[in-house]
Amino acid sequence: MTITHPLDKYIRPSAAKTTNCPGCGNGILAQAILRAIDEEGLDMDDFVFVSGIGCAAWIPSPFFHGDTLHTTHGRPIAFATGVKLAAPDRRVMVVSGDGDLLAIGGNHFIHAARRNIDMTVICVNNYIYGMTGGQVAPTTPLGLKTMTSPYGNVENSFDISGLAAAAGATFVARWTVFHTLQITRTVRKALNHKGFSLIEIISQCPVQFGRKSGMGNTRQMFDNFKNNSVTAKKAADMTDEERAGKLVVGEFVEINKPVLNEGFSRIREQLRERSGDGED
Amino acid sequence: MKNERVRTGRHFMQGNIACAEGALAAGCSFMAGYPITPASEIAEQLASRLPALRGDDGVFIQMEDEISSLAAVIGASWMGKKAMTATSGPGISLMQEHIGLAVGTETPCVIIDVQRGGPTTGIPSVELQGDTVQVRRGSHGEYQVIAVAPSSPQELFDHTILAFNLAERYRTPVFVMSDAFIGHMREEVVIPAPEDIVIEKRKIPAPGFDSETDQAFLSEDVAPMPVFGRGFKSHVTSSCHTETGKRNVTDAIALDNFIRKLDAKIAKHRDSIIRVDDRTGDADIAILAYGSVYRAACAAAEAARAEGMRVGVFRPITLWPFPDREIAEMSARVKAILVMENNLGQYLHYVKAESSCPVHFIEPEILGTMHDIGSVLKKLKEIR
Repeated sequence: MTITHPLDKYIRPSAAKTTNCPGCGNGILAQAILRAIDEEGLDMDDFVFVSGIGCAAWIPSPFFHGDTLHTTHGRPIAFATGVKLAAPDRRVMVVSGDGDLLAIGGNHFIHAARRNIDMTVICVNNYIYGMTGGQVAPTTPLGLKTMTSPYGNVENSFDISGLAAAAGATFVARWTVFHTLQITRTVRKALNHKGFSLIEIISQCPVQFGRKSGMGNTRQMFDNFKNNSVTAKKAADMTDEERAGKLVVGEFVEINKPVLNEGFSRIREQLRERSGDGED
Repeated sequence: MKNERVRTGRHFMQGNIACAEGALAAGCSFMAGYPITPASEIAEQLASRLPALRGDDGVFIQMEDEISSLAAVIGASWMGKKAMTATSGPGISLMQEHIGLAVGTETPCVIIDVQRGGPTTGIPSVELQGDTVQVRRGSHGEYQVIAVAPSSPQELFDHTILAFNLAERYRTPVFVMSDAFIGHMREEVVIPAPEDIVIEKRKIPAPGFDSETDQAFLSEDVAPMPVFGRGFKSHVTSSCHTETGKRNVTDAIALDNFIRKLDAKIAKHRDSIIRVDDRTGDADIAILAYGSVYRAACAAAEAARAEGMRVGVFRPITLWPFPDREIAEMSARVKAILVMENNLGQYLHYVKAESSCPVHFIEPEILGTMHDIGSVLKKLKEIR
């Protein structure tokens, strides 16, 4: 008897081999996303998955057995905007990395959040450029040595979740790949949320980030996620001193605002009423 | 009439508006764009018209830049929409990344380039045929594009429909090489009845299409497009891929296949794509001109005829793919060719390469202005 993984039905048959490095968090995240889709009882054919360039972009494409669009570096959200506007009934999910979505794609990221376009964006934050060999990212901690910051990173880093919230995202959450059950729960919530949802997933990159940061192997990085993260709820009761150096995780924003597609529908209805088209 | 797709009738209409109306008549239901002079009226017209269309879910969105505009257009096209953007030189420069993606993923879309003076920001309100080669060779790698060059508001209407038809037929981006002259010019535009407009629609696979095994890409005869949302489970990637769309970036043979098949898809069908307007007849000198400059070429030929010279005009309507055979044949019939362009000679070198007779060149007295007919006559007399 052949035993298949319960989520195997969601994997494209021709793309069963992973391209991830040993110890990467992408596999955990892919499972958590698919489990959320499975638990919600959704059909892959109702989705369009869009990704950019970089390690995390490989999570939906080519692995997810649905409509997948693998695009240029930094632009998946812009492609996804066209997809969603052209087909409001589709669920649109973008999965990409911090370099893709926040460096080259920073502009598209904030504008999609501002527009509150109804899509789920999952941003894998590993603090570094993994695929190109360990260069500095807009999320790399101050002082860290990378291949392109050999004397230590002199730049301040982005707080991805904070940026999304400030730009107008109506659902914002952050977890590490240690929090598998929480990720699934949050993805389910995001899928049911109408509006721009951003889920930041802190993930380990032992091959590039671990090597450069001295944080070592997957196990050590995983322990760090486990021991060093506090939920937003807990963090609220902590002093600044207690909170220093902690990784705040949880669901930060969940509000309702009109979404972009609804605006277009409203305009169409108004125009048709005014011109009497409704009476045809 | 107000909310109809096709505004049948005779109009006194600005070129940019005629272009927008042509897009609607062709079935366009999605535009994403970023404002730029001298193209903005196209976006403004479609921003007003698309949401109001009767019985259609037309969408216009003003994106944050030109890069995202073409990205959104490609996304909408994969949802099965006829989609377009309109811009000018600096915007085309920014779009090059996704022009390459549209070619590589075989995504039908239309890009209106209302050319202006350059390089860089240049003079926004002054025409220059400065993007002639950029649209052909601007993105990295080896590829083919289709570009048509209208010379009047009427042709902006007609050629925009043609561009959509070519885009749908060949699953590729198609450029309409407009410019500030004709984009902002007002002339009579006749819009036919909807039933008199020929509309092409892309082929979409029949239900039962299997994305694992069925060819959806790299067919020299254009594979049906497995658009999203129909359960095809399509895999679309900008990276080098196989006929089923599966990424393959380890195999040199796969890359060779990826490039050559895409190239051949256009090259093989060049006879049905390429359009020229050959009015050389008995002429011994041919003026070769395209786009708005074609108008000056016609005036110059007429003035030369009045002085007893046998001058005719040869006009490439399709700039790309390059009408090499048509130009070679014409060059064998005339004694000389005079190329007229509103630039320092971008198309000239392509014409020279295919011509068996001497090829001369005359640029406008001042770049960005129309050619002075007196100077063209003088040049024709020198050539003779």
